[in-house]
Amino acid sequence: MYDIKALYEASSVEDAIKLRLEHPDAQILAGGSDVLVQIREGKRAGKELISIYMIDEMRGVSLDDNGDIRIGSLTSFSHITKNEIVQKYINVLGEAVDMVGSPQIRNIGTIGGNTCNGVTSADSASTLFALDALVELTGANGKRIIPISEFYIKAGTVDIKPDEIQTAIIIPKEKYNGYKGHYIKYAMRNALDITTTGCSVNVKLSDDKKVFEDVRIAYGVAGPIPMRAKTAEEFIKGKPVNKDTAQEFSKQVLNDINPRDSWRASKAFRQHLATELAYRALKECVKLSGGEM
Amino acid sequence: MAQYKLVRCTINGKKVEQMVDVRASLTDMLRNDYRMTSVKKGCEVGECGACNVLIDGECFNSCIYLAVWAEGKNIRTLEGLLSEDGELSDIQQAFIDEAAVQCGFCTPGVIMSAVEILESGRDYTDDELRKLLSGHLCRCTGYENILRAVRKTLDKRLGKAE
Repeated sequence: MYDIKALYEASSVEDAIKLRLEHPDAQILAGGSDVLVQIREGKRAGKELISIYMIDEMRGVSLDDNGDIRIGSLTSFSHITKNEIVQKYINVLGEAVDMVGSPQIRNIGTIGGNTCNGVTSADSASTLFALDALVELTGANGKRIIPISEFYIKAGTVDIKPDEIQTAIIIPKEKYNGYKGHYIKYAMRNALDITTTGCSVNVKLSDDKKVFEDVRIAYGVAGPIPMRAKTAEEFIKGKPVNKDTAQEFSKQVLNDINPRDSWRASKAFRQHLATELAYRALKECVKLSGGEM
Repeated sequence: MAQYKLVRCTINGKKVEQMVDVRASLTDMLRNDYRMTSVKKGCEVGECGACNVLIDGECFNSCIYLAVWAEGKNIRTLEGLLSEDGELSDIQQAFIDEAAVQCGFCTPGVIMSAVEILESGRDYTDDELRKLLSGHLCRCTGYENILRAVRKTLDKRLGKAE
């Protein structure tokens, strides 16, 4: 038995918003692989919960008319990885969420829950930052769409108003079209481990594959929330595709990131990881794009 | 005050319903209300996989799955593998043949993951199998015999072995 004060089950998005307004202190529950575990640990014990898990309209991946990819917030990690739209256009996201926990966790864990937790180690988050994803929130007055970089406020806190729930993640077409992405998770074990530091890179090369036209790089666990390395991104734009560029790019990330010492790893080790992962992820993206370095 | 809800679902092919405490996990419901004691209480935080069951064909750790979410779902546990004449299924027999069972506590959970793998109808490399079985902790076998049991059963079902 869980130590739950009361459970309110939402049957639709509208219903969830109504319940949010009626029970302002209640915690939203999606797949529960974080929230229920925290209740077991006593951290969130004795609280009211609003379960949104049964809202099937919030599941699935679709392609909008304008080419934007829409991922319902309750879509499980395994369904994202197996989805054909994801595999065709943003395979990096499918690969990233395939590194979460274990097969069972990937069946229950949702991309909405992963992002709403506001933790820096979320395996989907760095890739969503690197894809410039948008977050759709639905509240009493309709929908609100904000960039994922604005959705994260600080560690453990995201921008969800008291009447809102997150209903979808949107990847705009101009952010994925022509790009190739790669994510590397560094952790102590291959399964059931939290990322020590993770790095996600998206690359767009020139038509002749000789020049970096655009690069976006984002990290998990390189700061209190997932973050982009903008100095490095600015540096590499227009530079030739070669090892020297890649090496300098990977050093530049240190201007942007802000990792800390924790029991998982030291700050120095995370900085080392950040540069090495930047280089390796960039190299893989160049390869995926048909370039050479 | 205790809060109850009627939960209707299918367990191992049988339609059932029961008033369930909303605070119950699916492990609680399966063990206490339906006596499905193959579903083990291990870590209870979704790490060890001892409580793993199939819900609509996918593996879930029932310890971090609310019992009320079982509404309308098709749930399968190890008990459902037993044939009408009481014989073991091929994957269970393979676990015995390969000495993939020692204390046995993780076994029902691992076998249910194996069932999902086997029923997908496709082949996997050993690395893929390791990844698909990575949601289970076993402190006895060292995993090699488990992997071998799943490999052999998979090969047999795909007609790759005699």
